Amino acid sequence: MATTPTSTPAPPPSPKTNRIGLQVLDYRGGKTTLCAGCGHNAISERIIDAFYDMGIQPERVMKLSGIGCSSKSPAYFMSRSHSFNSVHGRMPSVATGATLANRSMMGLSVSGDGDSVSIGAGQFVHLMRRNLPLIYIIEDNGVYGLTKGQFSATADVGSTLKTGVINDLPPIDICALAIELGATFVGRSFSGDKRQLHNMIKAAISHKGTVMLDVISPCVTFNDHEGSTKSYKYMKDHEEAIHEVGFVPHFENIDVDYDPGTTTDVRMHDGSHLRLRKLNTDWNPKNRIAAMTALHESNERGEVLTGVLYINTEKPNFVDLLNMTEEPLATLPEKTVRPPKEVLDKVMASLM
Amino acid sequence: MATSDVAVQSAGSRSDQKKVVNDFSIQVATVNGSGSQSANNVLLRSIFRMGIPVSGKNLFPSNIAGLPTWYTIRASKHGYVARKKEIDFLIAMNPETAKEDVTSLSPGAAVVYDEPLNLQSLRSDLTFYPVPYDKIVATVCPDAKLRKLVKNMIYVGVVAQLLNIDMARVEKEVEKQFAKKERAKQLNLAAIHAGYDYAKASLTKADPFSVEESNQTTGKIIIDGNAAAALGAMFAGVTVVTWYPITPSSSVVEQLIEYLKRYRVTPDGKATFAVVQAEDELAAIGMVLGAGWAGARSMTATSGPGISLMAEFIGLGYYAELPGVIFDIQRVGPSTGLPTRTSQGDILFCATLSHGDTKHVLLLPSSVSECFSMAIEAFDLAEKLQTPVFVLSDLDLGMNNWMSDPFAYPDKPIDRGKVLSKQDLERLGGFARYKDVDGDAIPYRTLPGTDHPAAAYFTRGTGHNEKAQYSERGDDYQNNMERLDRKFETARTLVPKPEIVANGTSKIGVIAYGTTDFAMKESRDQLTNEFDLKTDYLRLRAYPFTREVHEFVAQHERIYVVEQNRDGQMLSLLKLDLAADQVTKLRSVRHYNGLPIDARSVTDDIVSQEGK
Ligand SMILES: Cc1ncc(C[n+]2csc(CCOP(=O)(O)OP(=O)(O)O)c2C)c(N)n1
Ligand code: SF4
Ligand SMILES: [Mg+2]
Repeated sequence: MATTPTSTPAPPPSPKTNRIGLQVLDYRGGKTTLCAGCGHNAISERIIDAFYDMGIQPERVMKLSGIGCSSKSPAYFMSRSHSFNSVHGRMPSVATGATLANRSMMGLSVSGDGDSVSIGAGQFVHLMRRNLPLIYIIEDNGVYGLTKGQFSATADVGSTLKTGVINDLPPIDICALAIELGATFVGRSFSGDKRQLHNMIKAAISHKGTVMLDVISPCVTFNDHEGSTKSYKYMKDHEEAIHEVGFVPHFENIDVDYDPGTTTDVRMHDGSHLRLRKLNTDWNPKNRIAAMTALHESNERGEVLTGVLYINTEKPNFVDLLNMTEEPLATLPEKTVRPPKEVLDKVMASLM
Repeated sequence: MATSDVAVQSAGSRSDQKKVVNDFSIQVATVNGSGSQSANNVLLRSIFRMGIPVSGKNLFPSNIAGLPTWYTIRASKHGYVARKKEIDFLIAMNPETAKEDVTSLSPGAAVVYDEPLNLQSLRSDLTFYPVPYDKIVATVCPDAKLRKLVKNMIYVGVVAQLLNIDMARVEKEVEKQFAKKERAKQLNLAAIHAGYDYAKASLTKADPFSVEESNQTTGKIIIDGNAAAALGAMFAGVTVVTWYPITPSSSVVEQLIEYLKRYRVTPDGKATFAVVQAEDELAAIGMVLGAGWAGARSMTATSGPGISLMAEFIGLGYYAELPGVIFDIQRVGPSTGLPTRTSQGDILFCATLSHGDTKHVLLLPSSVSECFSMAIEAFDLAEKLQTPVFVLSDLDLGMNNWMSDPFAYPDKPIDRGKVLSKQDLERLGGFARYKDVDGDAIPYRTLPGTDHPAAAYFTRGTGHNEKAQYSERGDDYQNNMERLDRKFETARTLVPKPEIVANGTSKIGVIAYGTTDFAMKESRDQLTNEFDLKTDYLRLRAYPFTREVHEFVAQHERIYVVEQNRDGQMLSLLKLDLAADQVTKLRSVRHYNGLPIDARSVTDDIVSQEGK
């Protein structure tokens, strides 16, 4: 048989895809309008990477936010997800309603320290208390970026504004608060800590309860100066990772070795594994009391502890407690939600 | 014949007056927390079972125990169910208010009172019936701790005897109320009989009031407006309910929870609903809008102070076009106001709630049956129009018991509005969230979870263009606001039309809404019968005003707008809508002392404005 040499042009390299066949591009959003260098932008990037890596269908995600530079950021990632930019400080209630309406969706919320801890403290604490299944990221810069740099309730005592004004009120430690109130996955990270944040968001995706991540996210325009405790430099000098955060997703081979003597392994709801490798301190992420004590102590030392501070994979979440049907309430058919005429007749008869 | 040593003092002139049958009011003056509710219910329902139209009103303080409370029952063969100003039959149980209660009666009224109060000395133009409650209760209730409660049933027996209420009916009501509490049932029955026997033996009937068997309530139900609204919400297919307790709205959700638990659970025991007691009304409305956005039929129930808190979110709901239903059971404001008194004081505020240019759909039920039917309509409208819809009830309607024909099962399927499915998107290729495709200014939406790459859009309260993209452009803003304005014009064609009673010749038109309607029915009869003033009548059922409202105003020389607030709030809304030459026709009748409006007050006001 004659062989005719054929010269087919080399196929273009197929773009890299994740386990559901999507490209990173499918997780991107609009072009950011935040300041260059703003920590919030870095967090958006980590969100994109984490959702891509985990192979989450963007259409299965609802993005929720309040008002602020941070709350704008959902416009800059995952355009294929429905998004709701609500009112200042009230995202938790909107997220709660949306989650109840469709329990099959994954809620991803982004807020700021002003949005969640100043104006929105009331709704924030109640969402934590309910352990609503939701990822709740606070992009924490210690100021109100969007209104040009006033102190927020997470600003440390003694820290200063660019204008020199000194903050003389104590900060609210969002992580201690969230642990105290009942959130079941509480972590702190830094927008500049790529690896840690990336793995923490991936673990968050695997959790079925409230995940509260306080991510220090410097505001380059209003709070990155000497005297700020939320600046890049301050974080570089004072960040104290409590462990190295590793993550093995459920769809990957689990037999990666780890040493139980130095590493805590947490099995997540979806079968993924969170691997926390000991650094300088002994940290049991399942011990609430110890976590809170350590947080208070580190605050006194002026250190910023980062890592998975607390996790509880057993506590029922709010949706479980409501004993709702599996099918989303939003799409229940008329025959399920409108009782038949006999029911009305029966009620009427009882009132005669 | 009275055979006891108890003196029955009567207004001599009254006993030979002609009898007043099935047309009087009873007032029970008592103390909050004294447990008179069951007794009053037995009285009301016994009269109802005798076929006589009745209405009951609870006038209670904002307190749990110890402050004065009044319960009035009106029996009316004419079917009038509004508050009647005059009390015909007083049951004076509260020593604190007894003197004032007696002093304010009109001549000819009757008073049943606790003997030691010695009220008979106060007036000579009333009929007094002393009852030695303590003595009687001691004979039927050995347990001293229960006597306070049982005492109330004694007056039921006394009144039944004096007014000729059928005791068999009374007994049946007691049995129904205490169905599961045998001991309480026996105790209460004994007290009623003791009261009855005492009255029979020791009191001489000297007032003209009595009841006679009739057939005017056959087939009717008794229910409060809040329960009716709750039922409506359930049959509307509500799935997410959020609330923060506040009088007088709490019982909407409390009763809804009971209904949902009974009738909206799947065979495997799962709830087809979620009810959340929120941390405040801000959260309650936030949850409603979040749920509505994600596709649930969502609602909250509140009253004035809650509405104030919801203002910012309602603006978001309007601008981002999110469905949701808000039941406002109005009470007296401003501020905490008179929390347990009724008003129509939130009309104007709700119509334009929130900053910026906003307008909202209001439904105005004026009966328990409309609380039911409008609840259902509200959910359809909210989803059809993609906007928050208010149902404005009030304390009088919501918390009191009313007679009604049984409610009709909804005759239309649930209408979920313009929602695009995955298949629609495959066909269309995409969509623009805020584009007016059909010319009715109502855009299409998608729900989170729709499995199509073009399904998602960005919902925001900031400026946006047709594609839901962020925009600060003046033309985008203006186009969008104009479309929202046109959408409100569409709403005008979809909301319930007013109910009009016109004879075609009257020069005078009356406009009222909500619970004012009860008084209007009676007042218009008074105007015709006593003053020869023939009026046409339009009962508003919704805002925005439909075409019929404009026509009605145009057809009359003078229009009286009757309502229960100080500032003539509905009148103000009408002024915004009507042409300048029509506005001058409007006159205002207002009632705002916290009590439900009564016919006589309306009649007197209109008569005086008519210069009669
Ligand atoms: C009711 C209300 N009050 C005030 C504002 C003004 N405002 C907008 S954003 C903001 C603060 C945002 O701070 P933060 O949540 O920390 O976000 P950042 O901009 O720092 O990311 C304020 C006060 C508003 N939008 N709404
Ligand atoms: S002002 Fe601050 S928070 Fe806002 S975008 Fe700029 S850097 Fe970020
Ligand atoms: Mg901030």
